[in-house]
Amino acid sequence: MAAIWYFLRSTIGLKVVMAVSGFFLFGFLVEHMIGNLLFFLGPDLLNGYAELLHASQLFLWTARSVMILAAGFHATTALVLYLRQRAARPVGYRRTRSRTFSYAARTMKYTGPLVLVFVLFHLAHFTLGWQVTPAPFVEGDVYANVVASFQHTWVAVVYVVAVLLVGFHFIHGGHSLFESLGVRHPRFDGLIRTVTGGFAVAVTVGFVALPCAILFKLAGG
Amino acid sequence: MDLKANVPSGPIDTAWSRHKFEMKLVSPANKRKYNLIVVGSGLAGASAAASLAELGYEVRCFCYQDSPRRAHSIGAQGGINAAKNYANDGDSVFRLFYDTVKGGDFRAREANVYRLAEVSGNIIDQCVAQGVPFAREYSGYLANRSFGGAQVSRTFYARGQTGQQLLLGAYQALSRQIAAGKVTMYPRTEMLDLVLVDGKARGIVTRDLVSGKVESHAGDAVILATGGYGNVFFLSTNAKGSNVTAIWRAHKLGAGFANPCFTQIHPTCIPVSGDYQSKLTLMSESLRNDGRVWVPTKAGDNRKPRDIAEGDRDYYLERRYPAFGNLVPRDVASRAAKAVCDEGKGVGPGGRSVYLDFADAIKRLGEGGVRERYGNLFDMYERITAEDPYKGPMRIYPAVHYAMGGLWVDYNLMSTIPGLFVLGEANFSDHGANRLGASALMQGLADGYFVIPYTIGGYLASTKLAKVDREGQDFKRAEVEVNERTKRLLGNKGKRTAMSLHRELGKLLWENCGMARNAAGLRATAARIPELREEFWSQVIVPGSGSDLNQALEYAGRVADFMEFGEIMCLDALERSESCGCHYREEFQTEEGEAKRNDAEFAHVAVWEYRGPGQAERRHTEPLTFENVHLAQRSYK
Amino acid sequence: MNVVLMVWRQENRDTAGRLQRIEAKDISSEMSFLEMLDVVNERLILAGERPIAFDHDCREGICGSCGVVINGTAHGPRRGTTTCQLHMREFHDGQTIVIEPYRAKPFPVLRDLVVDRSALDRITAAGGFVSASTGSAPDGNAIPVAKPKAEAAMDAAACIGCGACVAACPNAAAMLFVGAKISHLGLLPQGQPERWMRAEAMVAAMDREGFGPCTNVTECAAVCPKEINLSVIARMNRDRMAAVFLVARRSPRGDTA
Repeated sequence: MAAIWYFLRSTIGLKVVMAVSGFFLFGFLVEHMIGNLLFFLGPDLLNGYAELLHASQLFLWTARSVMILAAGFHATTALVLYLRQRAARPVGYRRTRSRTFSYAARTMKYTGPLVLVFVLFHLAHFTLGWQVTPAPFVEGDVYANVVASFQHTWVAVVYVVAVLLVGFHFIHGGHSLFESLGVRHPRFDGLIRTVTGGFAVAVTVGFVALPCAILFKLAGG
Repeated sequence: MDLKANVPSGPIDTAWSRHKFEMKLVSPANKRKYNLIVVGSGLAGASAAASLAELGYEVRCFCYQDSPRRAHSIGAQGGINAAKNYANDGDSVFRLFYDTVKGGDFRAREANVYRLAEVSGNIIDQCVAQGVPFAREYSGYLANRSFGGAQVSRTFYARGQTGQQLLLGAYQALSRQIAAGKVTMYPRTEMLDLVLVDGKARGIVTRDLVSGKVESHAGDAVILATGGYGNVFFLSTNAKGSNVTAIWRAHKLGAGFANPCFTQIHPTCIPVSGDYQSKLTLMSESLRNDGRVWVPTKAGDNRKPRDIAEGDRDYYLERRYPAFGNLVPRDVASRAAKAVCDEGKGVGPGGRSVYLDFADAIKRLGEGGVRERYGNLFDMYERITAEDPYKGPMRIYPAVHYAMGGLWVDYNLMSTIPGLFVLGEANFSDHGANRLGASALMQGLADGYFVIPYTIGGYLASTKLAKVDREGQDFKRAEVEVNERTKRLLGNKGKRTAMSLHRELGKLLWENCGMARNAAGLRATAARIPELREEFWSQVIVPGSGSDLNQALEYAGRVADFMEFGEIMCLDALERSESCGCHYREEFQTEEGEAKRNDAEFAHVAVWEYRGPGQAERRHTEPLTFENVHLAQRSYK
Repeated sequence: MNVVLMVWRQENRDTAGRLQRIEAKDISSEMSFLEMLDVVNERLILAGERPIAFDHDCREGICGSCGVVINGTAHGPRRGTTTCQLHMREFHDGQTIVIEPYRAKPFPVLRDLVVDRSALDRITAAGGFVSASTGSAPDGNAIPVAKPKAEAAMDAAACIGCGACVAACPNAAAMLFVGAKISHLGLLPQGQPERWMRAEAMVAAMDREGFGPCTNVTECAAVCPKEINLSVIARMNRDRMAAVFLVARRSPRGDTA
């Protein structure tokens, strides 16, 4: 046990925590996206799916706990790592020119917290039922809530922007999680980057489809 | 000056074993009571410091670099010799011994060289165990190559970075002892004087190169592993910081300086490109395995190399030395390059270079084949010159590379000062008048891993050492002298930089005490150097203060010592009225222009004794007897 | 050619520094970058000013002493090249060249462009070795090493310890340096007995020195003059993870678990 704790506090251990928690969070996103896409198959399926998720309190809270833990670890570890990064270079350069530092990687420290803020808002909006838009929140009728919300341009825009941030976050986070776990080889690097990048795009598109469809009245009308 | 070599009597092949047995031992419990000082952290210094600490001694190790891993042993490219006979091609301890003595043109001490050959195999074993990534065959066994014209394949190598890998092995062993608290490492610390107490070496005075603090360190013995003095020529393949200071200070306190005129000129270096040139870059002489050296037959032929027809090219090494061709020893190849350039056939800016051509090799092996063997060297050439050696020939010229001369040591590697041991390039012992390729690494590690751990025990166990402490008057006096000197350098308000004076000294020596020497030139130079030294002390301008990081001050101090040392180099070259190995006196040559030795009068080591400021140094000799190797004229025809 | 240098000048570790503008006139494009600094320093000395302090030694790209950040890139614009082997032909007439020291908390600036990199030595001392005391070695050929393994070990061992990886990393991480040593020794049979201990100890030492974490942005490998491959970092990560379970720890009873 001591050995594990000792490991987890090391910079490499912290990165492993980031990678594993990130993996769970991304896995959840994929599941969430698939759920969202049920929207296009009609209210019954979507609402049925939501009901199914809530059928077992044990299952629901286990899943929620895992997600809360993953998000908690991901966020606190990110903070610890960020502070270590800052401390490691107290005086910066007057001029820097990077060769490989991608825009996605460079903005992790912004996309991460922004996504966190969004997630809190999102939970408030759709799970806790905050009155975000004039339309009343209907417990259990996911379909109606979604349609009512995304008819408002600003809501749809917030969601689309947030999803783009998530996708962007994953462009770097995707291959990075493999690398942190020690999976890296010149022969497979390209493959890993392509596959994770593809995932990032697919998930982004999958999520963006819903608000856009409602906003532009292509579905849910 | 007592030059007792302390070579064990009796047959040479068992001499080292007998000697090891006959030496007194320091008991394990007593070892930690001894404090040893090691100056230098190259192959010799690092291996010695690590090995001595493993034995239980308390060791302090000093280097001027910011890390012991950066000592200039790291620059060695080609490889390390060992008489393993893995290639089954007839190698043996005796053959390596024989080749080394012969290659050194019979100016080395037989017993030392034999021991070197004897422990050479252990070095490879030790380095492999440390994780040195030597080149391997597909079988997984160690690969060997023939190097520098050797007739057997006995050279072990790690790509073109053998020195680096061996040094990292020694550095890692040293690091382990540092972590264990057995070695205290002092990086960025320069030794500026030696301290004798009752005639024995008992400590050093150092300057912390960051804080400028001058302080003393007391110990029971001092080991100098401070490398060679090639930078006296200003331009050399040595690191910029390499210097003569440590051994020169020891010399001024009584350590005999042996054969200072023996400096090896390496034939395959990238030529000088301008006045601002700060150093010369060597390319491994393994290049001569496949490259062909040539110049245009006609002096002043300015055509592009590829436009010069075969018939208009002079492959002068192949012409003059049909048996060895491009693989003649370093001194022979260097002199031949100088000779053709002197005839006006040299190529490139200033006509001071010759072609090293891989066109035939590329035809034979393909560009890929050549890239596989020499890719890193070709890349380096391209980086420095911006010329592509796959498309046209490289240009090369000899450059100062290695100092065979150094402080005189006996069989135990102890100098004429009791308690002062000298290892590696800093001593004179094993290479005679010319060092064979891939033998420097071997000697540095032999001295550090396998000789000094035994012989220093013999000294400590048989010597009564009074207690000394660094507050003692001998130490304080030395510190005062060091501080005075610093003050003198800083107080000067002259008009010339140390670098410009160093350049002038270097040029003088290169022209008169370089690849070819003659009495008139040497005499004139020996007379000119004291004047230049005067000029140095009256004209040098050293900015800044002594109490912080001041690279200009460090450098000026080193140049000041070169200014003294250069003179003794010329005198030694002048007194040695023969040609041998690297030492080529134009007056002493055969009809074909080869070096002509004079064994009757000069089969000896010349050892110089310092006798005080303003006094001429006295030349002593240690006769060399050859009982196991037949004295013969070298011939590479 | 003429260039304008903007050089970091700092008296010592405790004082603040600033960029100083120095005009370098009549520079030959055939000079190495450090020879250009030599020329500038000679002129500064003759003008009674303090020359620029910078670390350098072998000037042939192997000792790892030199290294500054040139126009924002460690070791300057040419890939796979140390500062000492960089030549002025990589710059153009009239160019402004910003020269800064390596920046990292574990690399305090000692003066101008000189930084203290002894943190790297301490990491090596923590475990970057094979504990083979002199004299204890078996014959060199007793343990065969497959050629590809030996080659991969050599690739990693080529590290010159210059610290450019740390300088270039946006997080001032030393992962490439540490990974290179862990990989070099971890790939060889001689390094196996201490493999897990080494990974654990070296990573701990790296953290203790205050180097930052890795965010896999690969700047380190992009500036590495020896072009050490990023796979050494992955290997370090794996070895460090495995160390959790594989380091032989002595149980209270005295046997190893």
